Amino acid sequence: MKVGLFVTCLVDLMRPSIGFASLKLLESAGYEVIVPVEQTCCGQPGYNSGDRKAAQALAKKVLAEFARCDYIVVPSGSCGGMIRAHYPELLAEFPELKAQVEAIARRTYELTDFLVNVARVDSVPGQFSGSVTYHDSCSGLRELNIKAQPRALLAKVAGLSVKEMQQPEQCCGFGGTFAVKYGEISSRIADLKCEDVQSAQADALVLGDLGCMLNIEGRLRRRGDKNIRVLHVAEVLAGMTDPVQDADRRTAG
Amino acid sequence: MQVSSNQFKQAASVKLADPNVQKALRNAKGKLVVARSRSILELDNFEEIRDAAARIRDFGLLHMDVLLEEWEKKAVAAGTIVHWAETPQQVNDMVIEIARKHEVRKIIKSKSMLGEETNLNHALETAGLDVRETDLGEYIIQQFGETPSHIIAPAVHKSKDDIADLFALKHGRPRLDDIAALTHEAREILRPHFLDADMGISGANFLVAETGSTMIVTNEGNGRMTTTMPRVHVAITGVEKIVPTLEDISLLLRLLTRSATGQSISNYLSFTTGPKRPGDKDGPGEFHVIIVDAGRTTVLASEIREALRCIRCGACMNHCPVYQNIGGHAYGWVYPGPIGSILTPAYVGIEKAIDLPNASTLCNQCGVVCPVKIPLPDLMRKLREQQVQKNLRPWPERLGLRLWAWTATRPAVYGFLTGIAARLGKWLGGRERLLHRLPAAGSEWTASRDFPAPSGKTFRELYAKHRNKGTR
Repeated sequence: MKVGLFVTCLVDLMRPSIGFASLKLLESAGYEVIVPVEQTCCGQPGYNSGDRKAAQALAKKVLAEFARCDYIVVPSGSCGGMIRAHYPELLAEFPELKAQVEAIARRTYELTDFLVNVARVDSVPGQFSGSVTYHDSCSGLRELNIKAQPRALLAKVAGLSVKEMQQPEQCCGFGGTFAVKYGEISSRIADLKCEDVQSAQADALVLGDLGCMLNIEGRLRRRGDKNIRVLHVAEVLAGMTDPVQDADRRTAG
Repeated sequence: MQVSSNQFKQAASVKLADPNVQKALRNAKGKLVVARSRSILELDNFEEIRDAAARIRDFGLLHMDVLLEEWEKKAVAAGTIVHWAETPQQVNDMVIEIARKHEVRKIIKSKSMLGEETNLNHALETAGLDVRETDLGEYIIQQFGETPSHIIAPAVHKSKDDIADLFALKHGRPRLDDIAALTHEAREILRPHFLDADMGISGANFLVAETGSTMIVTNEGNGRMTTTMPRVHVAITGVEKIVPTLEDISLLLRLLTRSATGQSISNYLSFTTGPKRPGDKDGPGEFHVIIVDAGRTTVLASEIREALRCIRCGACMNHCPVYQNIGGHAYGWVYPGPIGSILTPAYVGIEKAIDLPNASTLCNQCGVVCPVKIPLPDLMRKLREQQVQKNLRPWPERLGLRLWAWTATRPAVYGFLTGIAARLGKWLGGRERLLHRLPAAGSEWTASRDFPAPSGKTFRELYAKHRNKGTR
């Protein structure tokens, strides 16, 4: 079984360790992982900003790059949701692509969803000494029904305990370009998320979408909280929870 | 109502800084969200009822022409006088004409959001008529000289103290501190107006095609009195409110009250089928219904037609993270929140409400709670596409997106540029690994948040090395 890893543009640019953690998890689950080197972005920024043409160009690119994969796995509910829930509508004007679009939508999985419902993993390599609180990112939760999967996997991480916040399903205020178009509102919504995260009194906030991570961590740090760690679920599950060291290690080698 | 939706950002900023509004919003959010989530548990097939409700609304919209004619036939047979208005101005003119014909001086009103669309109160007052809002929230708002900030809870942005001060000032009575006592005082003040009003004006939640009735859902009883006590009654409602049968109404009501206030059923359901008949104890001598288009049929023929399913419960705004923090007034017209972000540009013109479809995180909490399954985020996205097609977006944004698409479809260029950005970002982030100030559009981010710095090299570079090592 060939699994195509769609790294996502944010992970590529900001935090490669999430990509390597995903790779490790998929390989340790026994899959042959293909990482198409030409991949860039799923097209969501254009799609959500009304630039349909730009989004279509990138969607077609993804379609071509992952055509030979049995599954496409994405460490993001947002980009995974884009492919699964929105490509069929976005590419509806191209009837010649219909079969291909339906196939990719069917074969695309968010990482934790794939590990639980396709790979059915019994164990994960990661270990973590401490408590985490999990934020349910909107697209994963409401487009892909990602809720139980990350929690089921976190329960398998040695040494880790989960402390739920009050409203894990409440939006963090990121919303892609919304965060820079309406920064003041976005930040206020993030504030409420930060308060909820802090009151959970966990050692780390864990979530499955880098966009929301940047938003919540950015607001936490500006509020003066330097303690709580903000980690991607893939990093925790793979036991790669120090991204910078990890990246440095890799480049040093 | 005057449209001020293009001042959205400034208005939102003011509301974010207003501690009274913030307190009232926080309070309302807790109550309404919790009440809804509890009450839907009473239904063991809530999702199936939502599907059925969406079908009923779609059927009504698809067959609007036939159903409205059927409704009119039944209504006229019952003695109702039916008017058709294409524009908001026509609605006001019709109401004023009816008032003149009957030598009306005083009018009592039950809640009507359509009346807000047409700015009816202002038109009636300008024509020399005395207009009294009788819904408690609307009454409070009228006394403040404001506009509603929520479609079912118009004064939700006001605190008890705000209202206690207002009543003491306007009623000239000692200041009260207890909600029940304040409500009682409002009843006492309103009662004489019910008794001596010449005309009642209401909206309608639905039009029932099979009976020719209008129907309103209320809690306070003012709606019942407005529709039955004055000698003339005028109901104004949109063409999209048509529903085929009473059975359909009963299904929609199971969702409407639960989604709105978390009630299993409202205190009053008032059906009006024609004026007072011989032998009836009460009811208006003349009953007029004004069926209004005001942009609705244009929406029906467009790609955002699902917005017309709306049954005005307010759940989308109650659950919207943006509305929860800024309230309704910032949206700048009659309908706030997610549904308002779609209806406002549709009814007043897309160029007059540029911000609204964009001022959403697309979190889809609204779509999840909508009782008639309006795909609200999808419709906002459609409006965003229309803005781009009509060249209504600012040029830096258009340029930015174009550049992004250009580079992202050229992997070599993309890899080169992101490689530079990753290094530059890491260097600027320093030991803290945080960027405190970003230029251009990024400054909106860093005004109130730090930006975690990239870790220095892109995945594609590191992966290329990793793979080479593996095969060596």
